[in-house]
Amino acid sequence: MAGVSRRGFLAGAAAAAAAATLGAPRVHAQKKGGTIRFIPHADLKVLDPVATTAYITRNHSYFIYDTLFGTDADLAIKPQMVAKYASSNKGLKWSFTLRDGLKFHDGAAVTAEDAVESLKRWAKKDPLGRLLAAHMAKIAPSDRKTFTLELSQPFGLVLDALGKPSSNVPFIMPARIAAASADEPIKETIGSGPFKFVKDEWQPGNQVVYVKNPDYVPRQEKPSGSTGGKVVNVDRVVWRYIPDHATANAALDAGEVDWWENPPLDFVPKIEANAALTTFVTDPRGTQGWIRPNHKHPPFNNKKARQALLYIVDQPKYLKAAIGVEKYYKPCPALFTCGGPFESAAGAPGKPDLDRARQLVKESGYDGRPVVVLDPSDIALTHGAALVTRELLSQIGFNVDLQAMDWSSVVARRAKKEPPQQGGWNMLFTWWIASDVINPAVHAGISGAGDGAWFGWPESGRIEELKVQWARATDRAKQKQLAEEIQKVAYDEVMYVPFGQWVLPTAHRKAVSGVLQFPAPLFWNVSIA
Amino acid sequence: MFPEILRRLVATIPVMGVVAIAVFALLHVTPGDPAVIIAGDYATSEDIAKIRAKLGLDQPFLTQVGIWLGRIVRGDLGTSIYSGLPVATLIGQRAEATIALTLFAMVISVSVAVPLGVLAAWKKGSLVDRAVMVFAVSGFSMPTFWLGFVLVYIFAVSFHWLPVQGFSPIDRGFWPFLRHLILPAVTLSLVYMALIARMTRASMLGVLNEDYIRTAFAKGLAPRWVLVRHALKNASLPIVTIIGIGFALLIGGAVVTESVFALPGLGRLTVDAIIRRDYPVIQGVILVVSGVYVLINLVVDLLYVVLDPRIKY
Repeated sequence: MAGVSRRGFLAGAAAAAAAATLGAPRVHAQKKGGTIRFIPHADLKVLDPVATTAYITRNHSYFIYDTLFGTDADLAIKPQMVAKYASSNKGLKWSFTLRDGLKFHDGAAVTAEDAVESLKRWAKKDPLGRLLAAHMAKIAPSDRKTFTLELSQPFGLVLDALGKPSSNVPFIMPARIAAASADEPIKETIGSGPFKFVKDEWQPGNQVVYVKNPDYVPRQEKPSGSTGGKVVNVDRVVWRYIPDHATANAALDAGEVDWWENPPLDFVPKIEANAALTTFVTDPRGTQGWIRPNHKHPPFNNKKARQALLYIVDQPKYLKAAIGVEKYYKPCPALFTCGGPFESAAGAPGKPDLDRARQLVKESGYDGRPVVVLDPSDIALTHGAALVTRELLSQIGFNVDLQAMDWSSVVARRAKKEPPQQGGWNMLFTWWIASDVINPAVHAGISGAGDGAWFGWPESGRIEELKVQWARATDRAKQKQLAEEIQKVAYDEVMYVPFGQWVLPTAHRKAVSGVLQFPAPLFWNVSIA
Repeated sequence: MFPEILRRLVATIPVMGVVAIAVFALLHVTPGDPAVIIAGDYATSEDIAKIRAKLGLDQPFLTQVGIWLGRIVRGDLGTSIYSGLPVATLIGQRAEATIALTLFAMVISVSVAVPLGVLAAWKKGSLVDRAVMVFAVSGFSMPTFWLGFVLVYIFAVSFHWLPVQGFSPIDRGFWPFLRHLILPAVTLSLVYMALIARMTRASMLGVLNEDYIRTAFAKGLAPRWVLVRHALKNASLPIVTIIGIGFALLIGGAVVTESVFALPGLGRLTVDAIIRRDYPVIQGVILVVSGVYVLINLVVDLLYVVLDPRIKY
């Protein structure tokens, strides 16, 4: 949404208001009240949206906090808590004014100071926030409802940063809470969002309860993603954490819960056969799977050994093993995701070619040392990918040491920079939702910062240089051209190898309506009959 | 007997201390690092180091043990690394479900298994005896998770008589409390029913051959009276022992049952904490559970005195 002028915004706002009026009956005709019982994908343990990137904490935070900007279903950034904003001095100075009527759950009015302190804390942790902070000269309130942000150099992602949809999301909290160190988890859970968190009923590992915030003032526009009117139609939302999939399925079947966030794909045909239930893809851009080599140690500190990986990966084969149900996956060579604004096949290898891969392994001077592959065997999709990879690596001449472990062990092990023989690793598997890899600024895998990069620690001065150029570009066409260039270098260096893209449906009773498309499950606009 | 109870209670302290230190040591050699899990995907090495320092995980092992034991002595089980809630609060939230499940399962086990065992012994070699033994072998052989799902399918999904999952605290009404416990308790009790039925049968067979039993029958006493008043009372020591062991095993067995029926109990709390390497929670739960084990053994020993006046401490 870079380059949005004030005039353009006002015109857009008028159009959106008109659309909201036309769409209003659909929203207002929905049934009010009731409780939605929801099975989340994980247990809520950490309440601070800055302290962790865990999606479950992000999802929880969308209930209780609000954001300055949101991202709609078409990835457009639109104001949420902000009533009006303007940029001047060639985009180096920005001013944001908050909407009227915004209140925290403790009754205090939301002020510009709250927004400033929240952004400062968020910018200490989030990669895009850090990038924004690196380009920022000053951020300060100018009156009770307005704050200004001054840049020291051009930065084309101001609104993208403030409307970032996924972890870490710049949620707004009271200044007194946000003043805490970003390294210290916050103690209070007070936001200004459409729901209130009922802390007394929170039982980690079992239940989380939210109630409607009666003081919340929604925008007038039609809801889309995290933008528009957050009109709450239910009184209460209860999360019931049911870790066993068969039990979760039986509970949905028996009507004991209304909505299951992430049913495994094996359960989907059974759910779809039940007349009382329906499935729905909330995030059509889905998720991207990765094979990440460790650039720090042999053999993958050698570019040719890494390039051999490009020629073994046959995405349909991986997707079949990892996901299984064809209608939910698709091969995708775009590192910034298929369906995103920077989708491209630039630099991607052609068809798999094991002979070429063998030749590259030979040219890399591989000495036969064991290649330590981390296999998170408790996660079906990465376990499937690990098994396929072991077979293919063996076929091209690598001596594979596949080490099965649980995900928590992988998370600890992947941080070890020591050589594989001393507790380190050579290759791991992971996955990211599209929102987290959709452009060079948020993409953790495409960084050439060496020790400062995501696990695997690739080094590439060229990538870093291009990313800075990309962040400073204020023109979408220029950004697209630079993103393609970045992708070419990333493929050449083999930052990681994507093994495809897939979507995961959510399942709910047909009595539930109004579920919005977004990477996180949102509960405004949702009703239950 | 009071000095003996006191002595045994005092003796639990070193036992629990050894358990606590062993668990602490085991956890620290297990792969996994809560600091890395908390830090998330974008954390730098410095971020992780800061979190480790804050959690005290950068301290030498013995220092960590010392700090933890110091807290325990002050009655503080610590706080969860993730939620920030006191471990005592987390245990308090979960204790009711586990206690209710365990007691209910034991009541079902004993009330079904003891009469079956007595009957099988009395009718030794008959069809009834064989049927009871087939039931016992089946009970041992059926995996809890499988039986749980079969019962859920029949009674919850197909007939909608009972809930699939969850727990309703007793203060929200006795019937909802009971409804939520029936399926998990029956599932959990089956193995122990089999165990207790076999033990009762074996113990009764030994007693039924005694002279005083023959005398009782010769005097014309009703069989029910002889079996319950004379035989069962004298056969009860091994049965009480196995019930005591069963209680301890039930607490462990509850992990699977709690997962299948999504009961918010101590078993699931422990498993969740292990998956995330939430050390204070794991240590706290194991300390409490080891204390319960020791107390159950004490109660069993005291019951011996009640059942057999010849036993003295």
